Amino acid sequence: MTAIVVDGLRKAYGAVEAVRGVSFTVEEGEVFGLLGPNGAGKTTTIEILEGYRHRDAGSVTVLGVDPQSGGRKLRERVGLVLQEAAVPPMLSVKELVELYRGFYPSPRPADEIIELVGLTEKAGERVRKLSGGQQRRLDVALGLVGDPELIFLDEPTTGFDPSARRAAWEVVRNMRTLGKTIVLTTHYMDEAQYLADRICVIASGKVVAEGTPETLRARTERRTHIRFELPAGVDVAKVPIPLTVSNGMALIETSTPTRSLCDLTTWAVAQGIELPNLEVNRPSLEDVYLELTDHDVAAQGDRTGVGAHE
Amino acid sequence: MSNATIALHQVEFEQKSFWRNPAAAFFAFLFPIIFLVVFATLFKGSRAQVGPVTVSYDDYYIPALVAFGVMGACFTNIAMSISLRRDNGILKRLRGTPLPSWAFIAGVVGSSIIVSIVLTLLTTLFGILVYGIHTPQHILAAVVTVAVGGLVFCALGLAMTIVIPNADAGPAIVNGVFLPIVFISGTFFPVPDTSVLAKIAEVFPVRHFIDAMFMAFDPARQSSSGFNGTDLLIMAAWGAGAVVACVLRFRWEPTKG
Repeated sequence: MTAIVVDGLRKAYGAVEAVRGVSFTVEEGEVFGLLGPNGAGKTTTIEILEGYRHRDAGSVTVLGVDPQSGGRKLRERVGLVLQEAAVPPMLSVKELVELYRGFYPSPRPADEIIELVGLTEKAGERVRKLSGGQQRRLDVALGLVGDPELIFLDEPTTGFDPSARRAAWEVVRNMRTLGKTIVLTTHYMDEAQYLADRICVIASGKVVAEGTPETLRARTERRTHIRFELPAGVDVAKVPIPLTVSNGMALIETSTPTRSLCDLTTWAVAQGIELPNLEVNRPSLEDVYLELTDHDVAAQGDRTGVGAHE
Repeated sequence: MSNATIALHQVEFEQKSFWRNPAAAFFAFLFPIIFLVVFATLFKGSRAQVGPVTVSYDDYYIPALVAFGVMGACFTNIAMSISLRRDNGILKRLRGTPLPSWAFIAGVVGSSIIVSIVLTLLTTLFGILVYGIHTPQHILAAVVTVAVGGLVFCALGLAMTIVIPNADAGPAIVNGVFLPIVFISGTFFPVPDTSVLAKIAEVFPVRHFIDAMFMAFDPARQSSSGFNGTDLLIMAAWGAGAVVACVLRFRWEPTKG
């Protein structure tokens, strides 16, 4: 079963086209990562899926229903964790979870949900006395309390410290084990890499890449980087393979790293040269992401029009 | 869970949030009580000409202050708290849950009405016990007037959020609109019917609310039922206008940029 189908989605705010023909599908039970810089259109896209905004063109189905007209029935099946949403400050954690349980036909037990986000010890505490990270975790709990089939997590760990992020990741993994479909937006590549089964990168309102974290990385596999510090007195022209030098660091881009490295080191050993700080790097997913989105960001110039809706 | 139960849960939630928030409770309760003491002391022993009748100042002031309390609990409280919750994303988040909009609104309105009732009883008792005013003559009319006034000013409070751009601007806009009208409408001292101020005030619902409240308390015993249909109708018209405005323009999401 397909949980979400987006086809040719378009949305403009005045003269600014925030989403310009986005298409993707999300399968049931997978964690789908939606990535992109601020102003790329990912929040607009996700808010259309959540039913907050109406699209200008294209078709969208969420759990087989058009979110524009899905109404209460659809909202009973979908859990939302918004990018920036406060939680009512005067209730206790437990009271708030109980209140939200009342909205749904078959909610999960309050204690279980509170434990899932690691707030058991704070269950009786007023919300306003929680730290920012704890409030965010409560926010996640409120998104899960209705036992939804599909969960939208809009930048769920922004502002978390590293241990809180790890904890949140475990929560997401647990939800996946329960068979939930999860749509996740994030700025963090490591987060997408760790959590997402599939990643869709959006820039300037368009999908610029889609695939598993591995296939995305494979796109730039041919350009493994070999770097070393150019020793004093070595003539660049004498090195047997093409390289570029900046600030005394030599860089070789190669699609055959084994071969290139062998050529380089054989030559160096024969010359009796030691290559300081020699390293071989495969581009990280982060590099791929930056490469995919950098150009668009620069080309887009003033993005405030779109950014205002992000 | 049935719809009625959901709405009741919302009322309960709003009540908890209200009473646990010292600032909200302070403004809703202490304001009217402080005004009561200050003005009652200021005008101690004086008489007030209200339309055709002359009554003690306290007999005029207590029903006027009941109306003032209801307006604070409904109009001011809702306009401020809803624009604040809209700003910080609480409303947007609720909008994404299956909670029906009407149930949320019912919770907010129901809670404000409860506060209004408590305030009305408190102010009236204070007036009777401390300032020796005549006991309210027409209980049914008083109940209906508080109910109509409460609902109308809840609707106006919700409608007010439409023109409040963000929560920071809330207090300035709400008080900037509310307090001048409260003054010219004769909340703290009667404004003669023939004066220019009264003519202006007659356009707005505040003066009619105070008039209707005074008529229900009826210290001069001038009415048989305590109802003043014209006042209630004009208030209801404002309420209806506010409801229409809300249906057309109420925002659940913060305005940005």
